[in-house]
Amino acid sequence: MAEPARRRARERAAAPAAAPRKARGAAHRDLDALLHHRLRLGLVSALAAADSLSFNDLKGLLDISDGNLSVHARKLEEAGYVTCTKTFENRRPRTDYRLTAAGRQALGRYLSHMEAIIRAAKDTLGR
Amino acid sequence: MSLTPPAPAERSPVALHERAVADLRFIRQTMEGTAAFTTLSGAGLVVIGLSALAAGAVAGRAPGATWLGVWVAEAVLAVAVGVLTTAWKTRTARLPLLAGPLRKFGLALGAPLLVGTVLTIALARAGFHAVLPGAWLMLYGSGLLAGGAFSIRLVPVMGACFLGLGVATTLAPAALGSPALLVGFGGLHVVFGLLVARGHGG
Repeated sequence: MAEPARRRARERAAAPAAAPRKARGAAHRDLDALLHHRLRLGLVSALAAADSLSFNDLKGLLDISDGNLSVHARKLEEAGYVTCTKTFENRRPRTDYRLTAAGRQALGRYLSHMEAIIRAAKDTLGR
Repeated sequence: MSLTPPAPAERSPVALHERAVADLRFIRQTMEGTAAFTTLSGAGLVVIGLSALAAGAVAGRAPGATWLGVWVAEAVLAVAVGVLTTAWKTRTARLPLLAGPLRKFGLALGAPLLVGTVLTIALARAGFHAVLPGAWLMLYGSGLLAGGAFSIRLVPVMGACFLGLGVATTLAPAALGSPALLVGFGGLHVVFGLLVARGHGG
């Protein structure tokens, strides 16, 4: 492959979510589409490192807007990857998120998949 | 899990490999960042602030040997409270105490504190007690600003407040040194501690 074409391919693959699905190739077939989105991957990763995180914690940690966080957290909630608890603290509403066992397993699978891709690439380059 | 063999063009294994590496790095950074977000103790900052207010009342306004002794003891107490409350909150969150950002925060804050200790000894020996409040506030503010890069946003904001107060104290008449210590180490810690506790727990 010519260098410019190779560079374009690299940029497409490295670009989060923006890369066309088709171009990512069959190796992505088994990837969890929910976690392949950079923001949702960040949400799940953050929740994997803490017992639970509030809406404000996640918003500050990932540096995203309220609306963006709500939309993607709901998608993860619908998939059963996170649970959402709404309470009141000093009469102020508080939303806490927690990773479910299914979410933890999904992140584990995603990590395994990434590691497998790296191993496959190393094997190929080593030939 | 199935991985197809590498294919030419856009399916280049190098491209996939780079994306996978970037994803793994992103996951690691996010998890480390979470540790920093959840382990700063707001209650600890409030306790440090209240102890500083008490120290200010005991030390009095005129810088001297007793005044210096009280504030040095307060600094040692504040470091102990900070470390213990952070360790407590870290354990509660089931996170490693020496996670990346927390370690970097400690190093960034530790360097100015070390400089402050050496400067305190040198300036006290030379009898320049009146210079100490401004220097302490500026150095602590610098440490928080640097360490704040690895923590929640409130920390660098608090650092900027300390730095600004330190600059003002250094340029103001010496008589304002002790009140500035009360405002900074007492007031700012209590205010930011409450903000951290409200926004990020404990």
